[in-house]
Amino acid sequence: MTKEITLRKLRGHKHAHLVVITFSLLFVAIIWTALSTQMQTAKAAVSTETSVQFGKSLFAEGCSSCHGLQGEGTTDGPSLIGVGAAAVDFQVSSGRMPMATQGIQAMRKDPVYSEEEIAALAAYVATFGPGPAIPTDEQIDYTGADIGLGGELFRVNCAQCHNFAGQGGALTEGKYAPNIDLATPRQIYEAMITGPQNMPVFSEESLTPDEKRAIIAYIMALREVPNAGGLDLGRYGPVTEGLFAWTFGLGILIALAIWIGIKAK
Amino acid sequence: MSVKQSRKARALNWADDRFGGAGILRTAMNKVFPDHWSFMLGEIALYSFVILLISGTYLSFFFVPSMTEIVYNGSYVPLKGVKMTEAYASTLDISFDVRGGLLMRQIHHWAALFFLIAMTVHMLRIFFTGAFRRPREVNWVIGSLLLILGIVEGFAGYGLPDDLLSGTGLRITEGIMLAIPVVGSWVSSLVFGGEFPGTEFIPRLYIVHVLLIPGIMLALIAVHVLLVAFHKHTQFPGPGRTEKNVVGYPLMPVYMAKAGGFFFIVFGVTVFMAAIATINPVWMFGPYVPNAVGAGSQPDWYMGFLDGSTRIMPAIEFTLINYTLSLNLLIPTLVLPGIMFTLLIFYPWIEAWATGDKREHHLLDRPRNAPTRTALGVMALTFYGILWISGGNDIIAVAFGLSINAITWTLRFGLFILPAIAFVITKRICLALQRRDRDKLLHGRETGQILRLPHGEFIEIHAPISEKEKAKILSKVDIEPLALPPATDRDGVAVPQSFRKRLQAKVSHFYFGDNVPKPSAAEIEAAEHHLQEIAENVEAPSH
Ligand code: HEC
Ligand code: HEC
Ligand code: HEM
Repeated sequence: MTKEITLRKLRGHKHAHLVVITFSLLFVAIIWTALSTQMQTAKAAVSTETSVQFGKSLFAEGCSSCHGLQGEGTTDGPSLIGVGAAAVDFQVSSGRMPMATQGIQAMRKDPVYSEEEIAALAAYVATFGPGPAIPTDEQIDYTGADIGLGGELFRVNCAQCHNFAGQGGALTEGKYAPNIDLATPRQIYEAMITGPQNMPVFSEESLTPDEKRAIIAYIMALREVPNAGGLDLGRYGPVTEGLFAWTFGLGILIALAIWIGIKAK
Repeated sequence: MSVKQSRKARALNWADDRFGGAGILRTAMNKVFPDHWSFMLGEIALYSFVILLISGTYLSFFFVPSMTEIVYNGSYVPLKGVKMTEAYASTLDISFDVRGGLLMRQIHHWAALFFLIAMTVHMLRIFFTGAFRRPREVNWVIGSLLLILGIVEGFAGYGLPDDLLSGTGLRITEGIMLAIPVVGSWVSSLVFGGEFPGTEFIPRLYIVHVLLIPGIMLALIAVHVLLVAFHKHTQFPGPGRTEKNVVGYPLMPVYMAKAGGFFFIVFGVTVFMAAIATINPVWMFGPYVPNAVGAGSQPDWYMGFLDGSTRIMPAIEFTLINYTLSLNLLIPTLVLPGIMFTLLIFYPWIEAWATGDKREHHLLDRPRNAPTRTALGVMALTFYGILWISGGNDIIAVAFGLSINAITWTLRFGLFILPAIAFVITKRICLALQRRDRDKLLHGRETGQILRLPHGEFIEIHAPISEKEKAKILSKVDIEPLALPPATDRDGVAVPQSFRKRLQAKVSHFYFGDNVPKPSAAEIEAAEHHLQEIAENVEAPSH
């Protein structure tokens, strides 16, 4: 009887709902943590054992036709021995691989594989031989990195191919350095440590991890800072400016010269 | 002397007594100005120059022409803490921290592009209409010098901010200086005050940019405009327009009002461009450091043809004993523009010599009536255009997904083949237009009305052309090619033919050999008579 009364009393208490919510949140949190730890361990297990297996089957299906079953390479694709997980993550997450058409250069497009599949492929290819691993979240965390330094390093190391604003540029024989506006911080880091295609590898000696993060911070800042002064005209430099002046500017001026001639009559 | 004078009149009289301006002013005010939109091109150039003076003066209040290194601490975040020269830092300050600074910089730079565009197009108008002929040859030379100085002035301005692009340009300039045979390194160290880039160059360039060249240009522009007033303006042929008169508006007030209004239009368009479109974003290029270079490093458009000639020039270098002769820089950047500008400056005399035409001309040629000149002009433009495109070969490669090597080879061949093709085609078109003009005079214009004659034949009705058009077509001056001097004298003795005379006759034939002569007065009369008859025939049945 008394028990019932207290419960009812409690239920009737004006802060009862607060207490209930707090307890249920706590409960959910505990369950969640427990589950997610379990999931993480499961994931880790997968990446060391099943993930490689999973990756192997994905690789056989989607990549081996060009790269060979053991990643030894064929006439259609280079050997992947020692390229490391980072190269796979870069190539597949940027949609370059699997290569769609035999062209001069694989192009960026929407990725074909999901995140887990990419991780599996990377884990599998990593077993071919030692190579750069996928950078961790801490490695690519560029908060607080020196943007000014990043800009200097970018201009000395990257601008000659990717242009001063990362808009891309021509290399020889129809090859090109692409626009880097869409690359994620992880992909930027991976591009630097794996050197895809004609891009050089930037080792720890040539650019320290801190310097790499500074470069990432600069690239991100370029995207965030609004363009000063009006339309950016593609950020290609004087060529587009000249075209704009000759077509748009001269066009308006001549039209107005004709108009004022008619007006004066 | 009891006549009351208004205060203004008294003031003017006072001035006239002392400076005697009334006479000059009266002649100037009585001048008339013919009307055609293409006569405004020179004005766009003039007004852009004024805009450059005004905006440049504003910039000079804030720009610091110094190569002293400092650490940037202004408001553009991505460059904070970066070492740079004061020249570059002050340009950043103008862009981000000076009120109206960025707008002024952009006005200055867009005006610079317009200035050179307007001068170029103005020059083309002069060329294709033959306005450079006697008595205006000297003004043509002044104009050419202004164009060359404008290019140099623009390049100097482009070099001032000391950003990565301008530094790259200066580095190439140094390379060009070094390529001058024998004295190259001496010239370079004189100009840069020692090793490139040194600390002397920007202050020197600054004086060249804000004082030396603008001063010379101002003087030349003054002479140029005075000469236009002195020679009076040329006009296009039309009814009542002769070599002896000028048909148009009085200079005062109609033309002055028009011109004044047009100044504000040019100013307005320049400010509008500056307000909507970024030009020369130096903050993105970063400060100049010798070991950095950006893809797509191009100069402004007016230097583009030299950049292009350098890009497509095959790499040829000789080493004589221990001295390197860099033909790969020497030819495209010094020899080639040297030849181009020499031909430009002396063209009036080249043509006068070739044609033997030394008369005065105040009526303009219609381009078709000078087919060889027109074709030569288009040929030169094609040549220039290909050099220009070559300057953007990497941008074209990226934009259209082409191989830069293929583009370069195409342009190398194109540089020699396409101008020749352009010459032939242009000349053909001009001659065809001449023939059409002749037909119009003789047979009238086609009306599109078809008539069936009584015996069943179909003919198209031709109507006489308007007086205006007739006058235009009849303005053509037929020039006979110079004949070779007789090969033998009166007694049948062979005279030695001078090489010069023979060459001149050849060139003259090249200019006028295939001219389509305009019909004679008798032919026209007969033709008009004939047209009259047809018209009467046509009208008769319809009544
Ligand atoms: C149609 C043939 C083809 C297919 C399919 C293909 N690749 Fe490639 N792959 C290439 C070629 C060709 C290159 C080198 C050219 C390039 O990078 O543009 C390359 C390069 C790579 C590289 C970079 C190698 C290096 O040296 O950095 C990686 C990593 C890679 N591929 C992984 C994959 C993976 C993973 C798959 C399957 C999802 C795949 N590729 C499918 C043709 C192919
Ligand atoms: C020699 C020329 C060259 C240099 C120098 C260079 N890159 Fe690259 N970069 C390339 C090429 C070529 C590719 C395209 C690779 C491919 O398609 O497989 C590329 C690709 C990239 C990508 C991928 C873009 C995307 O959208 O997927 C990033 C990011 C990148 N580079 C960043 C950098 C950075 C940062 C630097 C300087 C540290 C740099 N690059 C220096 C040539 C260069
Ligand atoms: C006559 C033709 C002129 C041309 C073609 C010309 C062209 C240029 C160009 C292209 C620049 C680079 C601007 C930029 O940063 O984007 C420049 C800079 C500059 N010009 Fe001129 N200019 C001319 C006359 C003048 C005059 C008369 C003055 C001063 C009285 C002047 C003062 C400056 C200054 C101070 C700068 C550097 C500031 C800056 O770059 O922001 N200019 N000029």
